[in-house]
Formats: sequence, structure tokens, C-alpha cells
Amino acid sequence: MADKYGRKRENLLHILQGIVEQERYLSDVALTEVARELDLSAAQVYGTATFYTFLDTEPRGKYVIRVCRTISCDMKGKNRIIQAIEDALKVRLGETTQNNKFTLLETNCMGWCHEGPAMLINDQAYTNLTEEKVIEIINDYAKNK
Amino acid sequence: MANNINLKIDGVDVQVEEGRTILDAARAINVHIPTLCYHEDLCVAGNCRVCVVEVTGARALVASCAMPVSEGMEVETNTLKVRSARKNIIELLLSEHNADCTNCYKNKQCELQDLASEYKTSGEQLYMDLVPLKNYTIDDFSPSIIKDDSKCIRCQRCVRTCEELQHVSALGVAYKGDKMKISTFFENSMFDVVCTNCGQCINRCPTGSLIERNYVDEVWDAIYDEKKHVVVQTAPATRVALGEDLGLEPGQVVTGKMVSALKRVGFDSVLDTDFTADLTIMEEGTELLTRLKKALVDKDPTAKLPMATSCSPGWIKFIEHTFPEYLDNLSTCKSPQQMFGALAKTYYAQKRGIDPENIVSVSIMPCVAKKFEADRPEMRSSGYKDVDYVLTTREMARMIRQAGLDFNALPEDSYDSIMGESSGAAVIFGATGGVMEAALRTAYEIVTGREVPFENLNITPVRGMDGVKEVTVKIEGTLPDWSFLEGAELKTVTAHGLTNAKLVMEKVKSGEADYHFIEIMACPGGCIGGGGQPIPTNMEIRKKRTEAIYMEDAGKPIRKSHENPEVVAIYKEFLGEPCGHKSHELLHTHYKARHRY
Repeated sequence: MADKYGRKRENLLHILQGIVEQERYLSDVALTEVARELDLSAAQVYGTATFYTFLDTEPRGKYVIRVCRTISCDMKGKNRIIQAIEDALKVRLGETTQNNKFTLLETNCMGWCHEGPAMLINDQAYTNLTEEKVIEIINDYAKNK
Repeated sequence: MANNINLKIDGVDVQVEEGRTILDAARAINVHIPTLCYHEDLCVAGNCRVCVVEVTGARALVASCAMPVSEGMEVETNTLKVRSARKNIIELLLSEHNADCTNCYKNKQCELQDLASEYKTSGEQLYMDLVPLKNYTIDDFSPSIIKDDSKCIRCQRCVRTCEELQHVSALGVAYKGDKMKISTFFENSMFDVVCTNCGQCINRCPTGSLIERNYVDEVWDAIYDEKKHVVVQTAPATRVALGEDLGLEPGQVVTGKMVSALKRVGFDSVLDTDFTADLTIMEEGTELLTRLKKALVDKDPTAKLPMATSCSPGWIKFIEHTFPEYLDNLSTCKSPQQMFGALAKTYYAQKRGIDPENIVSVSIMPCVAKKFEADRPEMRSSGYKDVDYVLTTREMARMIRQAGLDFNALPEDSYDSIMGESSGAAVIFGATGGVMEAALRTAYEIVTGREVPFENLNITPVRGMDGVKEVTVKIEGTLPDWSFLEGAELKTVTAHGLTNAKLVMEKVKSGEADYHFIEIMACPGGCIGGGGQPIPTNMEIRKKRTEAIYMEDAGKPIRKSHENPEVVAIYKEFLGEPCGHKSHELLHTHYKARHRY
């Protein structure tokens, strides 16, 4: 990763994003390696990793579902969407399914206010959600991906 | 020369150099502006905002610590807007601060508490107590440093200290917004990370968030236990700083009063770490000369050069983490504190006829890392824990206050015997360059039979506040035993602060420098600027303490370690010869490689 992006301090964010893309989260081992490669202190790397919401420092499932929690989506019923996902996956918000396939999280505004409620599954956005539609999407991921 | 800038502060004309800040200008004319995140030793952060002032024409209040002066600037430091903004800021900081002041270790020594008092905060303007909503943690696993997040105001002085002065960055800023906190890697304990325990963060923390682990109660218990014989040793740098915590001005030598106070506090024997500092010179000087002989004459590859000093436990832990491949270059000598501890429960016990089981050995140090050092498993060569409790200069001041002593009115007293005698060379261990100077005074004389060729034995090139001091000493006119050193140039380097230590080690690593002897002290200025010294410590105070220490040296009848009569006696009666069998058993140690990340 460091070979790909470079070993300067400004390359840190790209490297961390690259690791999250591959491993879904940043382990202490991964962060230590990054610190060693870039000659930074581990605490500094940890600081950057914890600053950004999309850089996770806890293990995540293969598919990370992030439901928008900001005002527009909230008014359009994001709570019902979360409830539906929780029931379907048998997890609470913030948890990962037993088979490590899904993690359910909230996120701040993604800019889909006009088509709320909205959510992300990894990098793919889904909008105008209903309880039925969200179950359908998740079943599709569970079966086919 | 920089241009001068003219400005007005509260209607008063003031002229300062270009590039200085409004805060600098205000201080030049004794206008008091409160600060929290600002510290003389560190870069400007401008995050606490408590130093805000009004500048005519500016859209909003500006932080005076960060704002450079400009020509014709008009500044007001005491308007209604400024005062109420500051009060709001202080109240907001307090809303997230565990203000359990009466039970706090820093009670009455807290900058936030001082500001709250100065601005008479009442919580009326902004009635909020967010402390119960926060999930604060206290990290008290380290034998040296306790970190309590509930008292942290996130000024980041500690983070800047750890990065700028020490190049360690064990502490960083993690998370963001209301969840932002000062954290180690993965919020591990300070004990488990690369922290060197130098305590410079403690010395700069404005609140009680970072404090030393204190052993005052344990020491009182030992003193009150009639079965116990409590010996205390005092480090060189404590005698030039203790006064500051007891109402005296910086830069006063208080050796006599300190000894007097410790006797009244109830220690059974008040002795001097300086004695083992002299002993360190005998051991370390001999070790250096032996290594030089092995490397230059015998071409022995196990004799590693350059040899580095091992007195500073912060430096030891730093090199164990950062340059573990150079551990063989460290002198195997224990620090003076640990030599003293090992001898207190052997030599001293024998001579005084006391069962070492009943000796409690206490040390007073300018240092927080010494607490960790005393806890190291290697430090039990007397068969007991060599040093039982380590107190900082600050803790000693606290005990003196608790004992109800009027420090300034105490008579001067002198150290007990044995192990209380010392030379001027030992005293200067407390300042950067001191160990180097002391070692040169003795080593040069061993090799040539003559005193070092410096006026009054003052090796001034190794003194002073430059971060890295390279000095070469030419050896001429050697005695027959040392003729292999004839005409040799002994290359030395002295560094203080771990950022400078790293620079030196990188030069060694790259092969750019071929030093023979390296002195490193973890703290800026050496031990006089240690993490256990009175707060505040800054450049001006470090300079005053250093002057005081050289004054103490100049006034000593004996200036060279090898002339200390007690040192001569201990070799005759107990140790045999420097670096001999008994010395190796009691006075030398080994090191352990640690992880860097």
C-alpha cells in the first residue's frame, strides 16, 4: 500500500482508505504497519483513523450498511427502515451479523435529501427506501453476493 | 535585524519585533492576558481561545497568542466583549471538566481553577454539567504517569510536548467534535505504549489530567513505622528547584535547607545521590576507557563505540523502543539513583549494622521516569527492591508543607554519612553536559595525570542550552599505560530533549558522525528541566536553575569525582576496583529491546 501511494504524511489517508477497501476495517496490526512504513507514531496514525467516520477501527462485515440519520431522511422515516433491517438481519444498530456479512450503521447526510430515506451499502447508494424495498435489497445481497 | 512594529495596546504605545504576537507585545508592557493552551516551549495551537482580544477593524475577536502584530494595530484587552467571551469560554471548558477540585491532586496548582477564580465563574450564564454524560476513563496502570481524561480540556499541550520536544508522540488527538480526546495508540495504557515516562507532559498539563503517580502516603507510613530505617537520597537537580515550590524565586540553591527539612520530616538518614553520581563517573569513565582500549588496541568487535550515558531513564526507554539495535552502545552502568539503592541495602546496611530487610530506600528526583526505573525487574541486585519509593521534587515540597515547616526559615544542615559526600562534578549531573564534563574531568586525569586543560576545570563548551553540542578533546602527554591514546581526539556529543537525541542517533546510524562518547538527557536542559520539577518550567527558569547548579559546583572544595573521599573509601573497603566483580554485580545492568509502535 505504501509502495502504491508513497510514504509521505499526506499519503496516509489514501493508504488507510485502501486498507479499509480491502479489509473493511483497520486493525491495530495494520495501523502499526502503516506507522512503521511512514515513520509516524502509532498514536498519530490512530488519530487520523479515528477522525474519519468511514475509516473503521473495529471489524466490519463484508457489506457495511449505513442509513442516513440526518433531518430529511429522519422525517421521511429512517427509523422504520433501520427497524426493518434490524428485524431482517437480527442485529442492532452498530452490530455485525454472526456470519460477518453485514454491519448496520448510521451515517450523516450523504446529499440524497431529495430522495430520502437513503442508505449506502459499501459504496452503492439506495434511495426512496421503503420497508419492503430495503428487505428486497438485503435479501438480494444475502443470496447473490 | 527584524523590523520593529508599532502598535497600541489598551491605548499604550508599544514597539516589538516583526513576527511577534499580540500576546508577546502585551507581556512586554505587563498587560496580563490569560492563556491555557499557550506554552513558551511549544508551537502555537490557538485552540482554547481564552486569550482573545479585540482588534480595531477585525471582524471577530482574535486569539492574541496566534495573531502576529502589524503596524498601527489597535488592541483592546479589557472590553466587555472580551471579558464575557473569556468567561463563556472558561465556563464551557468547565462544563466538560470534572471539577472535583478539593479531591484533585492539582488543587490550588491548576491553571483552569485559577482562571475560574479570576473570572468568578458561577455557572449562571451557561448552566451545564456535561461530565455525567461523558464516558471518561482514568489510566493508572503506569508506575509513573496517571492520565485522567475527565480533567482534560484538550488544549493539546501534552500532544505538542510529546511530538516537538521528545519526538515520541505517544499521545495524539483521536476522534473528533464532542468525542475528541487525547489518546494513545488504540487507547492503550500509557504503560503499554512507547511513552518514555519523561513526564514533560505532566510538567505542561494545565489541569490535573496528567499527573505523576505519587507515593507520599507510602513514605509517611514508612517514616512512622518504628521498625523501619528510612534513608533518603536527593538528586543533584532537586536542590536548585525545590525552593520554587516553597515560595522562593527560581535559581536559588537550597541544599542546606532541603537537608534540614528532610531531617525534620523524619527521615532516619539524609544522603546524597551525588555520592553515587561520583561513583557513576568512576564506573562509566573506566568503562569508556576500557572500551576505547578494546576497540582501538585489541580490535575487539564486541566493544561498541560510541558509548552512550545511561543516567536518564527516559532516554533508556526511548532507545529501547526506537534504536534497540544500539543497546550494546549504552553504558552498562546503572543510573546514580539505582547505584545508590543497591548500595543502601548492602554497603550502607553492613557499615551501619542494619538488617537490609528493615531499610526503606526513598529517592527524591526531578524525574517521573525514575519511578518506572525503580520498578524495573533488573533493579533488585541487593536482594531487595533497591529503591522502594521515588518522589518528585514536587512531592517532596508537598511533604515539607504537610510537615508544617517554614522552609525559608530553616537553618542550613549537611548530609549524613556515609554516602553523603560529593564533588562538584556530581552536582552538575543535573544540567545538560554535566555528566560529560564530570567524566572528562576524571578520565582526562586518569589518562594524562594532569587536570583537563580548561580554566578552573570549567569545560564550558559542553554547557548551555544548544540542543546538540559536539566537542572534541585532544589527548596529549599520556601516562605510559594509556600511550595508545596519545594524540587521539576524543569526539563527544551532548544532547538534551529526545528530539535532539534522535538527531544524534540518526547521525550515528548513517555513519555521518564517529563519536566516542555520547551524553543524552531526555528532558530539555537536562534534569534541571525534568518532568518531576516544579511547575512552571520554561526556558528562563531552566537557565536560572542551570546557573545555580554551576554556582554550587564552583563552590565545592572537591570538584572531581575521583577525589571524593567516600568514593575512594568505598573502593578500598567494599567494591575493590571500578568495573570490578562486585561493581558488576551491584552497579551495572542490562537493557531490553521494546516495540517501536
